[in-house]
Amino acid sequence: MAQEFRLILKHLDQPGYTPDLECYLRHGGYEVLKKAVSLAPVSSSDGRTITGQDKIRQEVKLSGLRGRGGAGFPCGVKWGFIDHKSGKPIYLIGNADESEPGTFKDRQIIHKDPHQLLEGMILAGYANQVQLAYIYIRGEFMEGARLLNRALAEARSNHFLGKNILGSGYDLEIYVHRGAGAYICGEETGLIESLEGKRAYPRIKPPYFPAVLGLYQCPTIVNNVETLCAVKHVMAMGGAEYAKLGSPNDPGTRIVCVSGQVKNPGYFEIEIGKVTLGELINDLAGGLREKRKLKAVIPGGSSAKVLKAGEKFKLKHRQADGKEVVREVDLLDLPYDAESLAAAGSMCGSGAVVVLDDSADVVEVLANISEFYAHESCGQCTPCREGSLWMSKILQRLNSGRGRPQDASELVRIAGQISGGKTICAFGEACAWPVESFVAKFKNDFEAKGAAAEPEEPEPLKP
Amino acid sequence: MTFTVPAQLETELDELLTHYPEKRSAAVMFLHALQDHFGFITPEAMEWTAARLGLQPISVLELVTFYPMFRQQPVGKLHFKICRTLSCALAGSYRLHQLFCEKLGLDCHQPGPQTTPDGRCTVEFVECLAACGAAPVLMCNDRFYEKVTEAMAEKMAAEHGFEP
Repeated sequence: MAQEFRLILKHLDQPGYTPDLECYLRHGGYEVLKKAVSLAPVSSSDGRTITGQDKIRQEVKLSGLRGRGGAGFPCGVKWGFIDHKSGKPIYLIGNADESEPGTFKDRQIIHKDPHQLLEGMILAGYANQVQLAYIYIRGEFMEGARLLNRALAEARSNHFLGKNILGSGYDLEIYVHRGAGAYICGEETGLIESLEGKRAYPRIKPPYFPAVLGLYQCPTIVNNVETLCAVKHVMAMGGAEYAKLGSPNDPGTRIVCVSGQVKNPGYFEIEIGKVTLGELINDLAGGLREKRKLKAVIPGGSSAKVLKAGEKFKLKHRQADGKEVVREVDLLDLPYDAESLAAAGSMCGSGAVVVLDDSADVVEVLANISEFYAHESCGQCTPCREGSLWMSKILQRLNSGRGRPQDASELVRIAGQISGGKTICAFGEACAWPVESFVAKFKNDFEAKGAAAEPEEPEPLKP
Repeated sequence: MTFTVPAQLETELDELLTHYPEKRSAAVMFLHALQDHFGFITPEAMEWTAARLGLQPISVLELVTFYPMFRQQPVGKLHFKICRTLSCALAGSYRLHQLFCEKLGLDCHQPGPQTTPDGRCTVEFVECLAACGAAPVLMCNDRFYEKVTEAMAEKMAAEHGFEP
């Protein structure tokens, strides 16, 4: 029976655990920060001085921590792109714009343990010489914004935030900034535009990272809420120890959100790669409802490619003697980590698993997903703006019994004109991948709906 | 009619400005505050915001038309936002939306938010509210309601709405 491995979620569901500072301190809160800001500079073997800040950045790099927001980029590497000698201010943004369908982990942290996020942010800010940071929270989380503001006020009045934090001479201010209902604000350059008071149009790359040119054209780090919390645990246990958790290329723990057609949907923190998709669904989320069979799994938020029940995948596996062997695994035996999901042609994304049983109509499911993307496309790039709506309309037509036999291939054709780097940001892929994978894997369902449809009578012209 | 912002709100907005190195960044937060106070965003509110932030009014209007939470028309005192996206849809959110509309005498096939003629309730289908583990979910004004059953929805609609 698979078990959770709770680091970030350790306390927040315990009875009597409250989101206030006093409770956080009772549970060892801000101890990691206290230790980190008092790290004394040391001399390295080559005579350079390694400051406490350098040390934190080294530990985070050593930990191999990957971003938990969706792209899975190594956090330490992202931080490494910051130019500390540019003379410009460096900004840090906590991305709390949690909007990927199926994802609901950051809201739990914000509501139940906001100080953990703040401690992670202050650590990240200290390590990267940030003086001004923002938490960009999605507009619908009004209660979350209030809780964060309360937590920030408590942190300020207890010298964890503001001028001369814990007597270290380090100053940091964090403000909460609310979005207003646009999914695209989760994309880091879109988020930055939004925070600058503009429409959230993602920026053209290069520069590939806001670390080079970010907020107000200054070096900027954008990290997901869960990633920032993980930074605290990296520092608590040391980078090398953290790296021992999880799988070698995707270390640590992560919070997986399981929703859809399971008995007990919820969020589960697991050691990455030590729990399979099957265990997530059957052990942790209570399995499927009575008399239902698995149809498909969307493993990493609605943008991830769907995996069909019964699919087999080839995984490379390194044995103890260093030899690489290839083993074939069933969908449900797929370890939940970035590498295994990539080998299966999909991704962990934001850690959101949506389960579909045999009662689900895949054409309706895809229509639902596509309607989301059609609504959320920012409209900047033509392929995405037009294509997402076009796909959504075809799918609605199929579901309303007015589809055409060629609709399945038409959907794939349109998706192919959006994905593959034809748009400024990854939203293009995010709206095309579900269409491409659903139609490829459930072709019969799509073709059957197209064939069964009544031929559309042309409307007579009005006299 | 001149557009006036109460002194207390103005003080709050002045304080907000101190959060940002560039005034323009405060635009979305200004609009939230004005919408919360006045119920919706009027052209006067946009012009006022633009003047305050040193922007052209178009730079504020383009935000109001881009971000789904901003509105240029009033909504009901109770604004029900029902999540439409996948996990909630699988758990019956379309049925909930239909139920709300039926109970309040609205047409569930109309796109966008709909308000009862007496201006008491607005029903809107919205995209993922990030509470998929407790599907189906809805928001009533600022509050989240999770695992909403048909009985709960009927009660909410009946208590707050009116019989058509």
